[in-house]
Amino acid sequence: MSRAVDIYGTGEVERAPPIIVARDLVKRFEGPDGAPFDALKGVSFEVAAGRLTALVGPDGAGKTTLMRMIAGLLRADGGALQVLGHDAAQDAQEIQSRISYMPQRFGLYEDLSIQENLDLYADLHGVPAHVRGDRFARLLEMTDLARFTARPAGNLSGGMKQKLGLACTLVRVPDLLLLDEPSVGVDPLSRRDLWEIIEQMIAEEGLSVLVSTAYMDEAARCERVHVFNKGEQLAEGTPGELRAQVTGLTYVAAPREGEPARDLQARLIDARDRIVDAVPSGGKVHFIRRPECAADSLGDLLVGCEARAREEELEDAFMLLLRAHEEEEEPTASDQGGPDQDGEAALSSGGPEPDQDGAPIIVVRDLVRRFGDFTAVASTSFDVRPGEIFGLLGPNGAGKTTTFHMLCGLLPATSGHLEVAGVNLRQARATARRRIGYVAQKFSLYANLSVRENLEFFGGAYGLRGRTLRARVRAIETRFDLDPQAQSGNLPHGYKQRLAMAAGLLHEPRILFLDEPTSGIDPLARRAFWRTITQLSQEGVTIIVTTHFMEEAEYCDRIAIQDAGRLLALGTPREVREEAGPRGQDMNSAFIAIVENARAHERTRAAAPESVA
Amino acid sequence: MSATGSGFVQRLTALVRKEMRQMVRDRSNLLVGFLLPLALILLFGYGLSFDVRNAPVAVVIDTPSVAAREVVSGLEGSRYLAPRRVTTMAEAEHLLGDGRVDAIVHLPVDFARRYAASRARVQIVLNGIDSVTASTLEAYLSGSISKTLEHRVDRGEGGLSGAGQVEIVQRFWFNETSNSTWYLVPGLVVLIMTLVGAFLTSLLVAREWERGTLESLFVTPVRPLEIVLAKLAPYILVGLVDLAMCLVAARVLFDVPIRGSLLAVLVSSTMYLIVSLLLGLWISGATRNQFAASQVALLTSFMPAMMLSGFVFDLRNVPIGVEIAAQIVPATHFMTLIKTLFLAGTDWAMVARSCTILGAYALLLTLLTRRTVRKRLD
Amino acid sequence: MEALSALIFPILTLIRKELLAIFKDPANRIVLFAPAFVQTLLFGYAASFDLTNVPYAVLDQSHSAASSELLARLDGTGVFRREATLANANQIAQVIDEQRALMVIAIPADFAESLAAGRRAQVQLILDGRNSTTAGSASGYVASVVAAFNAARGGGPGLELVRRAWFNPNLESRWQIVPAMVATLSMLQTLLLAALSVAREREQGTFDQLLVTPLTPLQILVGKSVPSIVVGMLQSTIVLLISLFWFDIPMSGSVWLLYLGLLGFTGASVGIGMSLSSVALNMQQAMLYTFLIIMPLTLLSGLITPVRNMPEVLQVATYANPLRFGVDLVRRVYLEGASLADIYHDFIPMFVIAALTLPLAAWLFRHRLA
Repeated sequence: MSRAVDIYGTGEVERAPPIIVARDLVKRFEGPDGAPFDALKGVSFEVAAGRLTALVGPDGAGKTTLMRMIAGLLRADGGALQVLGHDAAQDAQEIQSRISYMPQRFGLYEDLSIQENLDLYADLHGVPAHVRGDRFARLLEMTDLARFTARPAGNLSGGMKQKLGLACTLVRVPDLLLLDEPSVGVDPLSRRDLWEIIEQMIAEEGLSVLVSTAYMDEAARCERVHVFNKGEQLAEGTPGELRAQVTGLTYVAAPREGEPARDLQARLIDARDRIVDAVPSGGKVHFIRRPECAADSLGDLLVGCEARAREEELEDAFMLLLRAHEEEEEPTASDQGGPDQDGEAALSSGGPEPDQDGAPIIVVRDLVRRFGDFTAVASTSFDVRPGEIFGLLGPNGAGKTTTFHMLCGLLPATSGHLEVAGVNLRQARATARRRIGYVAQKFSLYANLSVRENLEFFGGAYGLRGRTLRARVRAIETRFDLDPQAQSGNLPHGYKQRLAMAAGLLHEPRILFLDEPTSGIDPLARRAFWRTITQLSQEGVTIIVTTHFMEEAEYCDRIAIQDAGRLLALGTPREVREEAGPRGQDMNSAFIAIVENARAHERTRAAAPESVA
Repeated sequence: MSATGSGFVQRLTALVRKEMRQMVRDRSNLLVGFLLPLALILLFGYGLSFDVRNAPVAVVIDTPSVAAREVVSGLEGSRYLAPRRVTTMAEAEHLLGDGRVDAIVHLPVDFARRYAASRARVQIVLNGIDSVTASTLEAYLSGSISKTLEHRVDRGEGGLSGAGQVEIVQRFWFNETSNSTWYLVPGLVVLIMTLVGAFLTSLLVAREWERGTLESLFVTPVRPLEIVLAKLAPYILVGLVDLAMCLVAARVLFDVPIRGSLLAVLVSSTMYLIVSLLLGLWISGATRNQFAASQVALLTSFMPAMMLSGFVFDLRNVPIGVEIAAQIVPATHFMTLIKTLFLAGTDWAMVARSCTILGAYALLLTLLTRRTVRKRLD
Repeated sequence: MEALSALIFPILTLIRKELLAIFKDPANRIVLFAPAFVQTLLFGYAASFDLTNVPYAVLDQSHSAASSELLARLDGTGVFRREATLANANQIAQVIDEQRALMVIAIPADFAESLAAGRRAQVQLILDGRNSTTAGSASGYVASVVAAFNAARGGGPGLELVRRAWFNPNLESRWQIVPAMVATLSMLQTLLLAALSVAREREQGTFDQLLVTPLTPLQILVGKSVPSIVVGMLQSTIVLLISLFWFDIPMSGSVWLLYLGLLGFTGASVGIGMSLSSVALNMQQAMLYTFLIIMPLTLLSGLITPVRNMPEVLQVATYANPLRFGVDLVRRVYLEGASLADIYHDFIPMFVIAALTLPLAAWLFRHRLA
């Protein structure tokens, strides 16, 4: 059995027949309001065999719908779809027998062990017993799960679950591998491992892979990229071809002395008439100029800053394409995210005053939390000053959420001192709770209630009443551009996130806790989200945030890196990057370096216990 | 290349093993699968009874007489009744109102006089709140008093002996002592088979929908029928263990006879079990939501099996609408059969008829359930 | 005053939210109320021990005027319906086995002669004992018909029984069952609703969101209990209305007392449900635990079989069963017209159950995390 293997794109495979052919594909769903809406609006494209192909696009682009159609799980309402030479509507079972598919939430059986999950999928795919030994050994080694084969899948961290899901889809060599956002909610280390496995499999077995992703650095690794938005394909090509569209438009600017990078970023991103996008990175700000704007028209935005041209990246092309498409779709719409400026006054009135020099608003001393024998958080200490944006970073299972739960008073600490908003949490949890807002990782408002009903409930729960409550709810709805009548569960992902924030801010808390708020959100919505956060911070709200997107650490004043319950680094993003040494050019590599160093250190200590004794 | 036939067995085995492990690892499954049936067996065997035994009865005798004493000693001789003498009617009514006695037997002032003339009148006062006990008690009381008087007639002490008397000689077939345990325990088999389906399998498919595991399972060579069959297997085992518990308990603990063919009992029980499990699976797949599935299963499968199948209440007395509803419930057909098999013996025609109906249900439900896991998300 | 309203207001907000969450979903509205309606009607008809239309068969070997008269009396009661007339004794087994007849009356050939000769004429009665309750009642009816027959012939022991049944003059079993369902039917779903209320929020992650608000466990408890209690009372009301106006079962007692009793009863049920909810890790467990206890609770309530017939040990165990007292209370208030003084003792166990389970649930809210 020979395959056309050409992962380096020399053009050989162009002659091989495509494995996916879509012609004018239409898929219609019934929208939340009962009216039909098109998730795919006549999409045509081809995917060649033996390649790594990416589908990128924001929420609601139609990526998952497309994946499911290719997997034969959804029928098209128009057009034609051929997969591996079979009609996806007619021969779904034939396709399903030959491909492997990893849905966004891979259906691991959480009560079965790792080994049992693997065995199940191997049996279902009819993998012969004599092949299995080697295959499993290799998969387990690649995923680094060999030590835990007897552990129930439900007890694995998010990253390990994703790796196991991938291993289950690779129990045999499929003719096509579909991966639907495999790295959502996965920390940088696991994400790196995941991609190493995929690339290794492609190199060794000539897999054909179609992956959808919201991470542009992942898409940049693919040979071909299809950009989708709102059910339409905006562009396709090699990463190089796509990048070429932004050549000459990308810059890097250093902020003025003493100005945080995020303030410059905020100024730039608010100038939508001239700037497509801006993000803080490595203490500087990366931005894209609008093609129709002259290069010298940016002077007033960059007063006192030094701006240089920089090499374009795939993300830049993506942002440009999306902005253009959004404006084409709705020329009058103000913007994609971003809090409404009008509501701002209402929010800040009576809000807490920024207090940069004051005493810390959160004091954590020797915080410990154990669950039985397992130490989730080990002797952690840090302070957070009022008005600060404080980032808590760490791999899946590092103890971030446990720390969070303790700070919010959801979980009592095993030992240590905890002070939030001037209140000792051991004594007055209810008082402390009144002063904080909390946005959980998973959308956790009442899905079958409307936006207003949710807001009124949480306002009431925080003791707001009557006219005050109504005024606050109106103000916050305006600020976050929320439709009060919409049913919360049917909101698009980005809006759910906004609603959750709105609910957390109703009672004007002094501190806002955000647990992985941007997990699974596309770059566009992430920009809008961080714009809101920086604004809140300017209003004096202290913000504690956890995230998996290391570049987002750049928005923070200070960050802490946690792994296996221990605090590994604490400081400004710059200090942490420097601590990581030469490997820490950007936050992502700095993070990986710090965590890996600490783990290596831990292993040598564990390997030589005699020397300690 | 892909051999569907040979893959079937391997895939089915893999899925059955998976279902088995999932079932065993969740303690709540085992509690409902084994502990609840055991509790029900013991409750039904020992706890619940319609039979009246030693029912407290107040006896009020306005004017003492030999005849009255005879009546009282007649009552005392009955193992169903525990008479106690009370002096006034007011006191007796007080006892009845407090629920301390179940009935009052009142022998009025003129009892002895009328008794001599064979026109005795006895007043019985019952508490109608528990109408079943009240009716049974009335029959026991009237039987006991009549018998006392008949003996007196026999001794030639009264009555118009010129005329002949009709006397009833009665026999309860199948349940010679008319013991309610005998008819509750066979019905328990039906109840327990229904319970496994309604409470356990009704959650299975819905859970996989909610947890998103079906989406991964669909994109494999697995066929919908295999998913259905695999989900059935472990719970058939649970059901059969429960059946064995029922049969052993019936025989050993409660001395209920199993007069019919054991084979017929096993075959028909297994068929009903399959119907019950499939009904649960179908509800589960159709609702795709554990809460809705459990509610629907409870209301459309379990409650009818308890109330409409003839388990406790006799269906011979219901209006036609209820009768039709009862006939639609699969449990009704199995209930009739299993009671007959336990108490009466094997009526092969009935076995064949009931099994055909159950088989038809099983087939229909298999097709319906298969449709709910037809590998489509829209 | 201000402090009090600051305490109460968040509870009201929570209650409003819970009610909204329950009633916004049209499917929920149906699931919560339609079953109460349908089941009351269905069981009101089906759940009956009373005999009407009992099929029987006759083997009359006497063919005399006397035997005809006896049979005519039997047919005249309206209770019995002659299904078959048998020619010989061999056919008896068949009609009984096939359940075509619940009983067979066999009148011997010498029936008329024996009577005429002033002897005892035996009539054989064969009953299908598969349902012992029905068989027992049928036998009682036949006995009374025969007694009347004897009396009319001027013979017999000359006994006249004057029956008077309190609270249920015709001893209809529907009167026994339907009012008791006012408590029973609502308990089933109230328990489940309460059991799922916390488990569902835990599973959907909203419970953490609730716990970070300043609401105290007590406020959450009250806010979560009241809606379940309200739904339970509404269901009870549906059953009560059907009982009163469809089945025309007269109510003797005070509606207020009845509702006071139902309030205590539903409160105890909700307490049990909330405790289950706090113990369960997910909705599935909450549901299974509910099913696990609901069966014994129903069976040991005295709804179908009297508590007094149970073994001593189980009778003691029923003190932990709010349904036992709920059923007793409803029956006595509804049928007997009992006053508070008559039934105050039914309240005690219910209050004790509520007083134990509700605080337990509140404590578990916070101590069951992770």
